[in-house]
Amino acid sequence: MSAPTEPAAVGEPAPRIQFSRVGRSFGTNVALQSVDLAIHPGQFIALVGESGCGKTTTLKMINRLLEPDRGEVLIDGQSTRAQPPHLLRRRIGYVFQRIGLFPHLTVAENIGITPRLLGWHTARIASRVAELLALVHLGAEFASRYPAALSGGQLQRVGVARALAASPSIMLMDEPFGALDPVTRNGLGAEYRKLHDDLQLTTVMVTHDVTEAVLLADRIVVMRHGTIAAAGTARELMSDTDDGVRRLLDMPRRQALRVAALLDGAPRNE
Amino acid sequence: MGHLVMNERVAAAWQLLPEYLAEHVLLSAAAMALGLVLSLGLTIAAIRSTAVRWPVLAFASLVQTIPGLALLALFYPLLLAASALATQLVGVGFSALGFLPSLLALTLYSMLPVIRNGVTGVVNLDPAVIEASRAVGMTERQRLWRVELPLAAPMLMAGVRTAAVWVIGAATLSTPVGQTSLGNFIFAGLQIQNWVSVLFGCVSAAALAMLVDSLLGLMENGIARRSRWRVAAGTLVLLSGVVLAAVTRGGAAPATYVIGSKNFSEQFILAELLARKVRAEGGTVGQRSGLGSAIVFEALASGDIDVYVDYSGTIWANVMRRTDVPTRDVILDEMRGWLAREHGIVLLGSLGFENAYALAMRRDRATGLGIESIADLAAHASRLRIGGDLEFFARPEWSAIRDGYGLSFESRREFEPTFMYEAVTSGEVDVISAFTSDGRIAANDLVVLEDPRGVILPYDAIVLVAAKRAADPVLRRALTPLVDAISVALMREANYRVDRDVDKATPAAAAEWLDARILGVQR
Repeated sequence: MSAPTEPAAVGEPAPRIQFSRVGRSFGTNVALQSVDLAIHPGQFIALVGESGCGKTTTLKMINRLLEPDRGEVLIDGQSTRAQPPHLLRRRIGYVFQRIGLFPHLTVAENIGITPRLLGWHTARIASRVAELLALVHLGAEFASRYPAALSGGQLQRVGVARALAASPSIMLMDEPFGALDPVTRNGLGAEYRKLHDDLQLTTVMVTHDVTEAVLLADRIVVMRHGTIAAAGTARELMSDTDDGVRRLLDMPRRQALRVAALLDGAPRNE
Repeated sequence: MGHLVMNERVAAAWQLLPEYLAEHVLLSAAAMALGLVLSLGLTIAAIRSTAVRWPVLAFASLVQTIPGLALLALFYPLLLAASALATQLVGVGFSALGFLPSLLALTLYSMLPVIRNGVTGVVNLDPAVIEASRAVGMTERQRLWRVELPLAAPMLMAGVRTAAVWVIGAATLSTPVGQTSLGNFIFAGLQIQNWVSVLFGCVSAAALAMLVDSLLGLMENGIARRSRWRVAAGTLVLLSGVVLAAVTRGGAAPATYVIGSKNFSEQFILAELLARKVRAEGGTVGQRSGLGSAIVFEALASGDIDVYVDYSGTIWANVMRRTDVPTRDVILDEMRGWLAREHGIVLLGSLGFENAYALAMRRDRATGLGIESIADLAAHASRLRIGGDLEFFARPEWSAIRDGYGLSFESRREFEPTFMYEAVTSGEVDVISAFTSDGRIAANDLVVLEDPRGVILPYDAIVLVAAKRAADPVLRRALTPLVDAISVALMREANYRVDRDVDKATPAAAAEWLDARILGVQR
């Protein structure tokens, strides 16, 4: 049942998300060659790699914002093509760098959009919105504001709340904190990891920031030229046979050491 | 004196304003409503498909390049054909004149700004918002109604404002196809050089356009600022305007007899005269004034109007497509038979005068040279200068005269009619083209040269009655007394009352004057 790269241990649950020989081309450009990948319930996966390596393509195939040319994606053992895409998307959270809040809707209406599409009662939506505002640490007074009145960090908190509104078990995040200042970014990242644990989510996050991947993810998938170059915990990847993968993972450590030394007063030209 | 006349004309215009304004408002509102429904449908289709977008925008742009008047006129023959087809298929036709062609042309006119703004507004939306609307699980339709259209609404409203101003302006052009509008002030005023009327029409149409634009502006502002009261207030005032117009129009008694007229002074006067006569016999009367020359006969043939005055030469050459020039009596006889046979139209009779093309000279000059007819003119022509109105030298009448009498003038010039009469009285030219019933012939003491060889087609003023009124006793009683009752001298004087530059009379006043003289003749 498991993907070839990920032999399932006895007693381990079936994968929540599974890629089976998934390929995709845009014209003559092959974005994904033939990806096999299994992601288990409760895991926090980071997809890393250079621009154009196929990580965002991989992510968007899970909620069918992109469709594969070849192979298929399964969720809880069932093909994502078994239902219309809009129904699939209503049970998968999606957060992306450009946030995409609806400018003509209030914060409350933005957060409540998926429940509304699912036909929830107004009262149920209102209480869910209040709950989510608290969960992403925004005051109740934000409910009636419009996106134009919010800061970047506040906007993405609303973005996360909107993605969580209909209680999805899967969260897809495409460089969610990439456009934020470092302090906000660090804080939001940590807060989200806590939400992931508390709500027992399965999260797939695309990031170009290896430090963020190491800090937040249980497992890191390194992609290169439309294929998976390596996958495992950060620790495992440090002993990978691939030089590139090892250098990539070692970079945050080298940077951190250098930063620590400079902060301790080491000379710049050393 | 001038001041008094001015006040009278303004008062006359005020009196017509409620009817014209109500018709104008209803027509514009109907065209905007229909246009919006079509434009929104096409906008939605164009948003989703680039294959649809290009032809839709190209078509809407193409419509804008057609001059408004031509667009309106083009719908008349189209609708006439459609009506004939409908009569054949389901036994019921419809009026191809007036409201319908105006509505369709204005509807087309309203579409470009709405579609262009709508498509641009949606296509240029932030791609992140579109990605988000897909990712939260909206269907295509939900995305359209919950995200794309609301976000493009201010832009769409701006397009609606542009369309409304265009439509209200272009609606003034619906007068020549028989739809009453504020354009009636303008078209009638232009013909009889009543500038008060022209100005009145322009100002009232502009004021209406500005009012509607500012109300739509209030709504646009309301949509952008999410202010419900602004949208509601704008909508309410616009709707009450339409309702008020409908009430004003509905209050008017329906016309039993519809009298048509072409677009010049004599026609306006004669239509007023016919109207007076029909009213005197107890009939209610509506008028379709200022119809295009090509349209007015079709309107009679299809029963859109009941009666009007045309000229025998026009029917002979333009409608019957005859090129021979027999005598007056032969023409009237053949025409009477042809009209009855082909269209069931009754030629009630000739009014007694002609409005034909002719050559005219100053009386003293003609007498001095001993010229009474075109035949006499031929001997002197090589030393004389001729002036014509702007189309005369291109008309068949000119070539018939020139070839029929072997005329060859020293020089030839073209003038705007007013200047042509000035040129002949001042001696700048010796001979001019003229309409035989033109009031300025008598006023300037000109003589019309006779046509002994009969090369000029006779243009007797004739009363034509639509087939459905062929045996109508009221029309018969009212109009038969007019047959052979108006001499050319009388008609010239009536025309001059309207055409002269000082102390102008309205066509209605001239008709009243004429009516009194006719009664005098009969007594």
